[in-house]
Amino acid sequence: MIKSTLGEKIFSFFNTIFLIFVAFVSVYPLLYTLSISLSSAAEAARMGFHLYPREISLSAYKMVFANEELYQAYGNTIARTVLGTAGALIVTSMFAYPMSRSHMPLKRPIMLILIFAMLFDGGIIPLYLLIKNFGLIDNRLVYILPSLISAYNCIILINSFKALPESLMESAKLDGASEMTILFRIIIPLSKPVLATVGLWAAVGHWNTWMDGLLYINSNDKQILQIFLQRIVKQSQLSMESGLTNVDVMSYTSETITSATIMVTILPILLVYPYIQKYFVKGIMLGSVKG
Amino acid sequence: MNYSGMKRKEQNTATKKGLFCKNETIRSCIKHYDLLLMVLPGLLLLLVFRYGPIYGLTIAFKDFTMSNGIWGSAWNGLENFKRLFAGNEFGKVFKNTVVISLIKLLFTLPAPIVLALLLNELKALKVKKVVQTCTYIPYFFSWIVLSGIITSVFSVRGPINLLLSLIGIEKPIEFFGNGTMFILMLVITEIWKSCGWNSILYIATISGIDESLYEAAKIDGANRWRQTLSITIPSIIPTIVTVFILNLGGVLNAGFDQIYNLYNPTVYDVSDIIDTYVLRRMEVMDYSLGTAAGLFKSVISLVLVVLSNWFVNSISNNELGLW
Repeated sequence: MIKSTLGEKIFSFFNTIFLIFVAFVSVYPLLYTLSISLSSAAEAARMGFHLYPREISLSAYKMVFANEELYQAYGNTIARTVLGTAGALIVTSMFAYPMSRSHMPLKRPIMLILIFAMLFDGGIIPLYLLIKNFGLIDNRLVYILPSLISAYNCIILINSFKALPESLMESAKLDGASEMTILFRIIIPLSKPVLATVGLWAAVGHWNTWMDGLLYINSNDKQILQIFLQRIVKQSQLSMESGLTNVDVMSYTSETITSATIMVTILPILLVYPYIQKYFVKGIMLGSVKG
Repeated sequence: MNYSGMKRKEQNTATKKGLFCKNETIRSCIKHYDLLLMVLPGLLLLLVFRYGPIYGLTIAFKDFTMSNGIWGSAWNGLENFKRLFAGNEFGKVFKNTVVISLIKLLFTLPAPIVLALLLNELKALKVKKVVQTCTYIPYFFSWIVLSGIITSVFSVRGPINLLLSLIGIEKPIEFFGNGTMFILMLVITEIWKSCGWNSILYIATISGIDESLYEAAKIDGANRWRQTLSITIPSIIPTIVTVFILNLGGVLNAGFDQIYNLYNPTVYDVSDIIDTYVLRRMEVMDYSLGTAAGLFKSVISLVLVVLSNWFVNSISNNELGLW
């Protein structure tokens, strides 16, 4: 090893400082929101950096949890995430397994259908009219059905299944196993890491998506968490953008409530994030469509 | 290698048998009906929800009314497109979309590269891990969540304005109050959300560089800076070019989620993009015009994506394209 020069040492020092600063800037807005959510309206109105709450007040959370709509929205979001993810994994695996076999008939035309679906988007108005024609407006099924299959996930699974040794499936076949049995007893257990990655992305997607709630759902009791939050955020944007003239306690009550609602919305993601980070990072490498 | 050889053989037998080709497919379908049955649910969903809307696109060439339906509405040729391009509005919307996209690309493309290069120089692995964990987090939140956070952090009495007042800028800045500032905010918040995440690709590429290259450079007396310039950066250029071109393919996606959740009437002039225009046409039930605008966007996007993929493939010997 060549000893590092003075210049390199100085660079290394400032580089470390700078990157720690970048990390801090990335999470500071979250700390601020957490801190405001735990503050009283009077404390939130104080101009400051609010890195941590000076004294903890749960009044904002009490108001958030007093709202019955939150529970409904939370329930709807959890339901769509669980059912939507499980459904997507099953439908996608069932689609990908035959497409990964060499003797699958009609493989090329089906693959073309899949790839064109990925490249061309019919747009939101035709999709809206289609969903309306199916009578899915204001129906919770609209959260799940359209996203059960995604071309991108199919291609990831097809490539990953292709990499498994074909002899495994052939010998199972000789033992009299049906294709469904092979998929659920052999392929799926062998593909846990890639299924975890695809499933986690699908779950985060379900948790965060909101256009379907905005466009297709009218009743409050069927609404999802993101839209519930969006309404609160839009309201608080209005009160904040009215500028300096309007610094009454009301608008800061609304800021603490917005912050508390945000924290409640992202809590599940924050809780699982440290454990599943590696799967997400793996996911970005799976993106190749080739193979 | 083996696979492509097999494929050629298959094709050969197929052409030899000529007319029986179709029969063969049918026989194979009957033999492997179980595989086809497994594909069926996914295929049906794909046809309904991805191809169904393509049929609905016909209303871009019709005078659509809800009561007549997609099938029953009368054709009116290119009338909707004439209407779309007649006023100034769509031209402005189109321009806004491209301008916002390109400005965002100009800044969001280099940021993750710089981050990856700096992270690569970091010797303390624990610090590296913490920095990565912190910078990835915002990527996992929806723009609704992020816009709620951004609104309060950048409000007139928020911490950013407090910081600015401490360094001597007395008059609070209204970050969402005018067009230029708004576009700047789009860039900053986009970097906040995705810079860390997008750096993963570069970090992976850098970690795949052959260590012996660096060893050889060290023996030749190259310092870290020289090594970065002559080894690391040239090694990630293919990745950079790929990301750049694929982003160009998506130039008509200026970031609907972000803009819809951050904009307000004072900045509509610069922030109105194709997607928000389509949504607004939908809200006033002008479905035909909105669909015409959407179709215009989808077709251009398709062409751009295909072209950019072709280009990436041709400069990388078919290695880096999406397909």
